[in-house]
Amino acid sequence: MSRLLIEASTPLCLLQDAGRFGVRHLGVTQGGALDWVSMSWANWLLGNPLDAPVVEITLGGFTVQAEDYCLLALAGADLGAYVDERAISPGRSFILQKGQRLRFTQPFSGARAYLAAPGGFDAPKVLGSCASVGREELGGLDGFGRALAEGAYLVYSGAGGGMRVLSAEQLPKLQSKAPLEVILGAQISQFGGQSLFDVFNSDWTLDSRADRMGIRLLGTPLEYQGPSLISEGIPLGAIQVPPDGQPIVLLNDRQTIGGYPRLGALTPLSLARLAQCLPGEKVRLAPVVQETAHRQQVDYLQRFLNS
Amino acid sequence: MKPRIEVVAIDCLMVRLFDVIAEDNMPWMLAATRRLREAFGTALVDLVPSYTTLMVHYHLTVLNPTQARELIHQALTELQPGPKGSGQAHVLPVWYDLSVGPELPLLAKRSGLAIEEVIRRHSQHEYQVFALGFAPGFAFMGLVDEILATPRLNTPRKRVAAGSVGIAERQTAAYPVVSPGGWNLIGRTPAKLFDRDRDGYSLMQPGDTVRYEAVSHSEFINLGGDDTPLEALV
Repeated sequence: MSRLLIEASTPLCLLQDAGRFGVRHLGVTQGGALDWVSMSWANWLLGNPLDAPVVEITLGGFTVQAEDYCLLALAGADLGAYVDERAISPGRSFILQKGQRLRFTQPFSGARAYLAAPGGFDAPKVLGSCASVGREELGGLDGFGRALAEGAYLVYSGAGGGMRVLSAEQLPKLQSKAPLEVILGAQISQFGGQSLFDVFNSDWTLDSRADRMGIRLLGTPLEYQGPSLISEGIPLGAIQVPPDGQPIVLLNDRQTIGGYPRLGALTPLSLARLAQCLPGEKVRLAPVVQETAHRQQVDYLQRFLNS
Repeated sequence: MKPRIEVVAIDCLMVRLFDVIAEDNMPWMLAATRRLREAFGTALVDLVPSYTTLMVHYHLTVLNPTQARELIHQALTELQPGPKGSGQAHVLPVWYDLSVGPELPLLAKRSGLAIEEVIRRHSQHEYQVFALGFAPGFAFMGLVDEILATPRLNTPRKRVAAGSVGIAERQTAAYPVVSPGGWNLIGRTPAKLFDRDRDGYSLMQPGDTVRYEAVSHSEFINLGGDDTPLEALV
């Protein structure tokens, strides 16, 4: 068993896994790592199941001190991580000797870093997952969804895993300017012609009103012309358009049902990229067919097996 | 019954069974839920029912979109409504009182009924659970007597006590935990609506029926109710 003492944290530093499934009909949200690609690579580096519990660190402000010799892995955003005075870049496993500190200072590239440990960090599974959801009081170290707090211990009991580095090919392209891909939904035809043009031909700026429930996109307001809708299930990545016409991409901690019209839903790979964008950044949207997106996703998942 | 199947995400399809909210939808929705769960088996990630739809979320490593669509199609061929009352029947004790149900006078005024009559009308109907959402264990139930239908508050409260029973339009619900909320509050139930240690977690499931039963203050307390007035929570 190895322990890390949390010396500094923020409400945005959370224990996460792939999320909570099989309970959404009870109104329980999905939760889980926003950038599932980086979480998976962090776990892959240590030979873990890809969904083993990790720490999601958003923007920085997180420091741990090793109470024992620790093997860890880091992937995702470059949040200016240091092992004592030595800078450490994401996409590798590394050792923290007893007494050494790992700290995340500020975002240099991307928004969210993922810290993994052999076998995953120890945490109780609540409704099948340790994903932290504060408002539902589910998950996390305490089982009640609280963020990681100063003074608490991160513990792991797994063994094995070695020193590995992601190749340039494996390293997720956080800075890619490629458009985010949208699988079009059934209500798309109920938006005005000009709106349909604007969706895919203008820049969308990430609003500062963003959290794990959703990210608002600012741009030319979109006009929905259809009838008002009856609430229905909301998939991950759904882009809903409230009456003010500013779309919101719904993320892991979204409510399970809702009644705003939708353009469609982002693909999982695009969601992972969006999760690494900071407020003020501009993104473009592009349509993609469900079958095409499905093949891309299945191909991408192969990388974790073949690598 | 010809359900429509719509694309909603890379691994989700929406099965649309109805176009309007009605209590008569429920036997069909329950039958479709059962068929879909059976047909998808372990390929199912989640099945999210709402008033008129079922969202099928499946494992994309097991099924491609064409296969998923075909499975839904097969599962719902010659669908027949389930027997009435195939959901569980619940009785929720409610302490109807101004201190925990501050909108009782508003509902009385809007409907032209005495407060006692508002309570009687709310508690005499057997409601259907259409869907769970908003929070774990929060069950949207209907349909409330038309005369009691009241729009949500213009400004939602920042804190609504756990167990608060409210009305929004022709729906009624109880808040499982303290949360913000905009429903018109008329009382409070001592029932534990969501419990991580209970089998099935949520007291109510989609398709269940619910009757509210007016109880006195002392019964409410004996059942474990918390009578902290709403204002004291803010």
